[in-house]
Amino acid sequence: MKKSVILGAATIAGLAAGAAAAGTVDDVKARGKLNCGVTTGLVGFASPDANGEWQGFDVSLCRAVAAAVLGDASAVEFVPTTGKTRFTALASGEIDMLARNTTWTFSRDVDLKFEFVGVNYYDGQGFMVPKELGVSSAKELDGATVCIQTGTTTELNLADFFRANNISYEPVPIETNAEAQQQYLAGACDVYTTDASGLAATRASFENPGDHVLLPEIISKEPLGPLVRHGDHEWGDVVRWTLNALISAEELGVTSANIDEMAAGTDNPEVNRLLGTEGTLGEMLGLDADWAARAIKVDGNYGEVFAKNIGEETPIGLARGLNAQWTEGGLLYSPPFR
Amino acid sequence: MSTMTDPPKADFRLSMLINDTRYRSLTFQVIAAIVIALSIWYLGNNLIQNLRAAGLNISYSFLGDPSGYDINQRLIEYDSQASHGRAAVVGILNTLLVAFLACITATLFGVIAGVLRLSNNWLISKLMAFYVEIFRNIPVLIWILIIFFIITASMPAPRAYLGEDAERGMTLGLFAFTNRGIYVPFPYFTGGFGGIANWLLVIAVLVASYFSTRVVNKNAQLKQEKTGIRPNTLLLNAAIWLVPLIVVLFLLGLSWDLPDPLANRFNLRGGLQIGAPLIALWFALSIYTGAFIAENVRAGIQAISKGQTEAAAALGLRQGRIMNLVILPQALRVIIPPLISQYLNITKNSSLAIAVGYADITATLGGITLNQTGRAIECVLLLMLFYLTASLLISMVMNIYNASVKLKER
Repeated sequence: MKKSVILGAATIAGLAAGAAAAGTVDDVKARGKLNCGVTTGLVGFASPDANGEWQGFDVSLCRAVAAAVLGDASAVEFVPTTGKTRFTALASGEIDMLARNTTWTFSRDVDLKFEFVGVNYYDGQGFMVPKELGVSSAKELDGATVCIQTGTTTELNLADFFRANNISYEPVPIETNAEAQQQYLAGACDVYTTDASGLAATRASFENPGDHVLLPEIISKEPLGPLVRHGDHEWGDVVRWTLNALISAEELGVTSANIDEMAAGTDNPEVNRLLGTEGTLGEMLGLDADWAARAIKVDGNYGEVFAKNIGEETPIGLARGLNAQWTEGGLLYSPPFR
Repeated sequence: MSTMTDPPKADFRLSMLINDTRYRSLTFQVIAAIVIALSIWYLGNNLIQNLRAAGLNISYSFLGDPSGYDINQRLIEYDSQASHGRAAVVGILNTLLVAFLACITATLFGVIAGVLRLSNNWLISKLMAFYVEIFRNIPVLIWILIIFFIITASMPAPRAYLGEDAERGMTLGLFAFTNRGIYVPFPYFTGGFGGIANWLLVIAVLVASYFSTRVVNKNAQLKQEKTGIRPNTLLLNAAIWLVPLIVVLFLLGLSWDLPDPLANRFNLRGGLQIGAPLIALWFALSIYTGAFIAENVRAGIQAISKGQTEAAAALGLRQGRIMNLVILPQALRVIIPPLISQYLNITKNSSLAIAVGYADITATLGGITLNQTGRAIECVLLLMLFYLTASLLISMVMNIYNASVKLKER
């Protein structure tokens, strides 16, 4: 009932636990399970499938980290979090990492004491409206009622955008994506706004996706990435370099199909270092040599994970766009494995 | 027996703290108090230590920073450039508004259902029993959600009212019922002193009318006691209420702001919008708490001895007057104390507002502000302080009222 009070209490209890705990890497190893915070259900990014198995873009990253640290991609406890509960869950130690379409911002990084380990999806906030309204630009939305997920950066971007364009709107704050979808379809709001990827995912789950259009304006930069608690750098390094391993694997042409062959040794020293046949990178991380190979084996490299969950072949149908490798005009750029 | 023969010794021995019944309870209470104080100190200290270890500190300076978000229902001036503190005030006013409205309607529902449940009419009493049992046995959150979903699903979207050739015309040309809320005409003044001063003037006139009618009634009462004939005051009272009000409203230039279906392509503009979240929350809280109040009212009425009803009937009073003049005034003594806790429940349950996107204090300060600033402990402490203060104030007011209706012992 009083959710925030409970959260407050959880924060207090969790901070007590967090302070006493040792490094997260050891905790995870001792527990034999990775606690990974994900969304409460956003198709393509993280949602349970028909068998109750979590699937999605963010889920794959959790599994990759579990494979790297524990050697078992299924040793993950998925903790669904809302926009409101996610930071408390991470700060309190209830989850070891958060992979939940979370925008990397200054205040979250600095003031909330979290560490964003990288960006796994470059996104921006967009608008979805019913086609019958005949709206072709977000600047025509004067006086519209807008559904927003509360507790996200979208709320602030929205206020800024309408203010900057000197037009008015009625916000309808909503707790989860599912509720927002229901409200939007019932006509309780004219517009639904969230990250463009989330809009595409939501629209894909509609009965008639063609009746709704995404407006061309992208009103913000939303670099989404996994994050961990401030201060535990060993753990931060593990998550960061697991993400980088997936990105580098795509760049270097390592796929789930050829990884076994490549893990036997190749002529490319960087591939060898990545897969642990050369150098001692795994040891430096406090893991064994083939940590990255295990992470890549789970669902393949970054490109494969993208294509399988949210790519153009899927109902969500997102183009790579900014999320292509730097070699192909995108922003994905992993530091070298050296 | 020994105390009778041996006078108690003056000197105090330590073992008396346990063995002597005069001191024993005191000893245990002191020990318990120390244990409680130590545990609170331990928890508090633990919190402070851990916050420090995590590099966080308790600070309320964020309340002065711009909030950056908009709120859909605001009783005071507010926009996204206003501070978090102001957003909290907007939330507080919204909480108080819905709590106030729900307290009034819940009392109304409760009294009606409670009285009717004791009716001799089988159908009516069973219907009321049905109402009470259905509503108080399902959680209020579910009622809030179901009412909200019914509103959003069954009412037309505002679009149906918009444009030159709208699907639907407004009821009487004044009201629009949509799934985002109800639009009604709103009065405003074209002349006068502008803003709030006009409204204060109107209220002052009404208060003056009230006291004038009291004087008139008192004079009528005196005359009745002296001569036995009560002069007819109906017309005079009506004139005292209406004439000054009409004059003042005319002088201030009263106009009505009507909902305009042509001003905007998404929503009706103008008038007063009573949002769907407010309606859902208000109605759900009233009907749910009303069921509890009905039971209090029934208990209060049944606590009055049947002899009272029979005596009043013997005097020739009709059923309705027996209830109003004899039973209810006495029953109030039993009804008021549990009624206070129902009012407190309404106020606290209004924190479920976020479920339907109503911007109460839990949604603004405890929701968006908490989230955007990450100041969980500070925000939750403030929330606790607010609900505690509000509840204690309601208790105080109701206790004063209770003291005025309870049996006077002289």
